[in-house]
Amino acid sequence: MWRQWIPFWQPGLSPQSGDVDLLFAGLLIASAVVLGLLFFLLTLFCVRYRSGNQTDREHRVAKSWHWEVGWTAASLVGFLGLFVWGASVYFEMYKTPADELDVFVVAKQWMWKTQHPGGQAEINALHVPVKRPVRLVMASQDVIHSFFIPALRLKHDVVPGRYQDLEIEVDRPGQYHLFCAEYCGTDHSGMIGEIVAMEPADFSNWLAQQAPSSPLAAEGGALFRELGCSGCHGNGSKVRAPPLEGVYGRPVPLSDGSTVIADDKYIRDSILLPRSQIVASYEPLMPSFEGKVSEDQLLRLVMYIKSLAGRSS
Amino acid sequence: MPERAAFAPQYASVPHRDNTAELGMWVFIATEVLLFGGLILAYFVYRHAFLQGFAEGSRHTDIVIGTTNTAVLLTSSFLVAWAVEVFSPDTARLSAWLLTGAACLGLFFIVLKGIEYSKEYDEHLVPGVDFQFAGPLANGVQLFFIFYFVATAIHALHMLIGICLLTTLAAICRKAPTARHHTALHSAALYWHFVDVVWIFLFALIYLPGRSSS
Amino acid sequence: MSETNYLTTDYTLRSWFLTTDHKRIAILYFASLIFFFFIGGAAATVIRIELATPQGDLVSSDTYNRLFTMHGIIMVWFFLIPSIPNTLGNFVVPLMIGARDLAFPRLNLMSWYIFMLGGCTTLFAIFAGGIDTGWTFYTPFSTLYSNSYVILAAAGVFIAGFSSILTGLNFIVSIHRLRAPGLTWYRLPLFLWSLYATSVILVLATPVLAITLLLIATERFFGVGIFDPRIGGDPLLFQHLFWFYSHPAVYIMILPGMGVINELISCFSRKEVFGYKFVAWASLAIAAVGFLVWGHHMFVSGQSLVASLVFSFMSFIVAVPSAIKVFNWTATLHKGLLRFDAPMLYALGFIGLFTIGGLTGLFLACLAYDVHATDTYFVVAHFHYIMVGGMVTAYFGGLHYWWPKITGRLYSEHWARAAAVLIFFGFNLTFFPQFILGAEGMPRRYHIYPPEFQVWNVLSSGGAAILALAYLMPLFYLGYSAFFGPRAPANPWDAPGLEWQTSSPPPEHNFATQPVVTRKPYQYNRNFQAEPQNA
Ligand code: HEA
Ligand code: HEA
Ligand code: HEC
Ligand code: CUA
Ligand SMILES: [Cu+2]
Repeated sequence: MWRQWIPFWQPGLSPQSGDVDLLFAGLLIASAVVLGLLFFLLTLFCVRYRSGNQTDREHRVAKSWHWEVGWTAASLVGFLGLFVWGASVYFEMYKTPADELDVFVVAKQWMWKTQHPGGQAEINALHVPVKRPVRLVMASQDVIHSFFIPALRLKHDVVPGRYQDLEIEVDRPGQYHLFCAEYCGTDHSGMIGEIVAMEPADFSNWLAQQAPSSPLAAEGGALFRELGCSGCHGNGSKVRAPPLEGVYGRPVPLSDGSTVIADDKYIRDSILLPRSQIVASYEPLMPSFEGKVSEDQLLRLVMYIKSLAGRSS
Repeated sequence: MPERAAFAPQYASVPHRDNTAELGMWVFIATEVLLFGGLILAYFVYRHAFLQGFAEGSRHTDIVIGTTNTAVLLTSSFLVAWAVEVFSPDTARLSAWLLTGAACLGLFFIVLKGIEYSKEYDEHLVPGVDFQFAGPLANGVQLFFIFYFVATAIHALHMLIGICLLTTLAAICRKAPTARHHTALHSAALYWHFVDVVWIFLFALIYLPGRSSS
Repeated sequence: MSETNYLTTDYTLRSWFLTTDHKRIAILYFASLIFFFFIGGAAATVIRIELATPQGDLVSSDTYNRLFTMHGIIMVWFFLIPSIPNTLGNFVVPLMIGARDLAFPRLNLMSWYIFMLGGCTTLFAIFAGGIDTGWTFYTPFSTLYSNSYVILAAAGVFIAGFSSILTGLNFIVSIHRLRAPGLTWYRLPLFLWSLYATSVILVLATPVLAITLLLIATERFFGVGIFDPRIGGDPLLFQHLFWFYSHPAVYIMILPGMGVINELISCFSRKEVFGYKFVAWASLAIAAVGFLVWGHHMFVSGQSLVASLVFSFMSFIVAVPSAIKVFNWTATLHKGLLRFDAPMLYALGFIGLFTIGGLTGLFLACLAYDVHATDTYFVVAHFHYIMVGGMVTAYFGGLHYWWPKITGRLYSEHWARAAAVLIFFGFNLTFFPQFILGAEGMPRRYHIYPPEFQVWNVLSSGGAAILALAYLMPLFYLGYSAFFGPRAPANPWDAPGLEWQTSSPPPEHNFATQPVVTRKPYQYNRNFQAEPQNA
């Protein structure tokens, strides 16, 4: 955060992107110094010791080890400095975001589908309010893609079979490129879109104007019944399954004695790989829904269970 | 040039040639270790993620055949070691018999392996061909069997190569053994022992999880 | 020139295709590699023409994807990995250690046949319809989604891997066992140290690639496999296995080049290489530590943050031995008697371009910056600076340096210098703009791109045209010299290495009498004349 004291330094589009730019400048300067020194020496030697030139070639440096130790140590120190700097910014960028879900992103060959909690869906675009951290929960339907916003210096792969969190924040309104950065087949280069950052007021307007599709949680509730989840988890079912009200965000004791926090990933795993984590004092009865629900549906189910968080069982 | 017949021009002497060849074999074995190493690494990653699935998969393998095969291979290794020990141009006949024995045991191993494969096929345990496994552990079991088939198939391929080597050497020992075949024999033996050691690892990874008392 | 040499012992085709002479096998490799280089280069040419405009007007997206995949696969496995080891290395290793051949000449020949088999398989896959996975074969795209000849191409690379292994094995054993009397480890030329380190990587890393490709092929064939996310398999495991090979493989692609540079720098500054032992051990250090950094290709893939931290740290550590080498080469020039023949021009070009490539490697190793730069043209520029600017340059340098030894003819120094300078300029014009493109965020493997990136792309394409021309030049003047050039003396550069102490071209078994080594490599007397290693 000390960069705000550097004169003439342009702040980036987001807190992290500014840090990355600064790091880039630092790397450039370090390289320029090293390259400058190297090229200077090379040129100097090439000119002075070219074969036509009469010059003193006696008294060569015979012992080399202190030179070796010197430049090894110097490079090592330089490298360590860069490493620490790069790592600290990295942790800042990828810190686990606050657990407030904002937007779902589903990647598939070859488009980005984004979905706001209110149900507003977009394709190859994402509207966000400025100056507010937005958490993206990303999943891929098929192959690996990568969510890349050059303006924010931010990117994350979207790997099938798992959720990926990413926090983004844009400080200035505008339109920015969204690229797919991991090669994903024929139209990889067509898998691009736009991030539209708006003032908060404009953003709420925009949200309101979107086609009023029903909120995700509501759709999730419908799915919950369609897929038969309510048959076990609903009130009065014969199967003994844990009630899902109030589960989200709480610690869940598992049969192997450990506890986990019921976050998105946990809910997702419970649906796809129910046997991997069994709730303490329940039988492992739940069937896997792997292959039976799409990533879109999963998101809705998670949203639904999340919406139950407030209610007590 | 009389010495041309005995050894190629880049060597200084016969022993020089022989221990060069032996070093070559060791380097080759280092390569092989890494070949199986990559596979075994993958095994451990998944075993960590699907502990119960792997245990369950393991319980569906045939430990009787597995153990018999281990015994068969160990015996054959012993025969090969013996053959190397007694080899000299005059006792080559004994070596020939021992090598033939070892090769036969190797074949026996392959046959048993084939029986085991066909049993697994009947039980619908061959991923990608016919895999039916109901229940929650299906994923882990399937991953286990993918590993099982890939690893044992590669191992069996190594066995086949080894059997060819041993048979060739046995034939040579019978017909025209000379002192220079000692190195060839020695290198083939190293290879055979290596294939044996790999099996011992595979045996532990394939047949034992899920079979301990707990 | 009354006595026969290895080229004149026999002229039949059979004497070439069944030869076990390491020098002839080197020539076989050389001819095949030129062929592959031009195929890979032709693909690059089409790529660059296509990228001159932002629209996809020359080829379709599917074709474009096949082009860069084929470019990467051919250039990496069928050109750069075998380049210096299998041609120059094959030729000079026995000469440098004072042996009459490699330890296993028949394996050596076999490795060429295996290589050609792999090459033909891959070419077949390419012409049958191509492969579009990128040279990295990432799953699950390669296993479950790609509609192209993945199994066949993977089989080609798989087969070629065995040829790498055999070569590595041959070098290791030869360097251990066939050294001439008096040639202790610390008297070995540094080229051999770096080839030794390369061979260790070849032998230990290639089998991991083999097993990984095998797993890919099985998964594709059976429609289910170990990396399949539908059954809980982990696509990242593939990446781990792949980079476990491929990162060490990038050192396979630079260490031999570094080795050549030692020979050139020392010979053309008439001085011993500064800090011999440090440079020697730096090669082995690179080989060893190089096995521990593979995860730096996966900083944004979702691997754990701790893993990223460790891999980033190790990537900086592995750069230290490279730094040691660069500084020692520079120090070698100090108080030398520098001559700027073509090989020396290439060597100096190498130092500059490799350093730029290496330093930008540090940008990528720097976690936060890699998040932005990964999978952009910044990476493309980074590795071309090292692989083309570094290794290909070193290859050309070494080729010119040993050319008189290999062919017994001298080439035209004027043309050679002109080509070297032209390559240098063409190269920088091609790839420097790509750093800027990457920093601005243009993703790699993009067929169609937003128009604001066009300026830099046009520059790059223009540079590529110059570069292509420059690469064609040696074909002509070297080709001419091979048949019509003036005869070369045994030691045209007045260098001290053993390979220069036998006639040019060398006789069939290299040395009339077994050389006995009496001194360190790279020795020159006060008048800057070479003191042969064996006198
Ligand atoms: C010959 C090939 C070669 C070589 C030698 C290297 C060498 C290095 N590479 Fe590179 N690399 C590739 C080929 C190579 N690379 C390829 C092909 C890819 C892309 C693969 C793909 O995705 O398709 C890649 C990608 C790649 C990445 C991943 C990028 C990404 O996809 O996100 C990273 C990240 O860390 C990296 C780092 C490095 C580092 C730190 C070195 C170091 O070894 C460099 C060391 C050298 C120096 C550092 C220069 C000399 C040093 C000095 C003069 C010291 C003084 C300096 C200071 C004190 C600052 N490389
Ligand atoms: C290992 C060595 C190697 C070498 C030597 C080269 C050489 C070159 N490469 Fe390549 N390159 C890679 C390895 C290499 N590359 C790899 C691994 C990738 C990644 C692939 C992937 O993403 O999967 C890549 C990707 C890559 C891209 C990115 C594609 C993309 O991401 O969309 C580009 C784009 O400019 C490029 C350009 C070039 C150019 C202009 C050359 C030039 O140096 C080539 C110059 C040589 C010639 C031009 C041949 C001689 C001249 C002729 C034959 C002229 C006659 C031909 C005609 C008129 C058609 N390369
Ligand atoms: C056959 C009955 C059955 C059906 C159908 C079923 N479940 Fe379950 N579910 C269980 C049982 C039993 C458990 C507790 C044991 C365990 O953790 O696996 C459970 C656990 C869970 C948990 C973890 C709860 C906690 O307290 O940590 C979640 C989340 C869940 N189920 C969601 C779903 C969803 C969503 C569906 C529908 C798509 C569904 N379940 C369908 C029986 C069922
Ligand atoms: Cu999606 Cu590239
Ligand atoms: Cu790397």
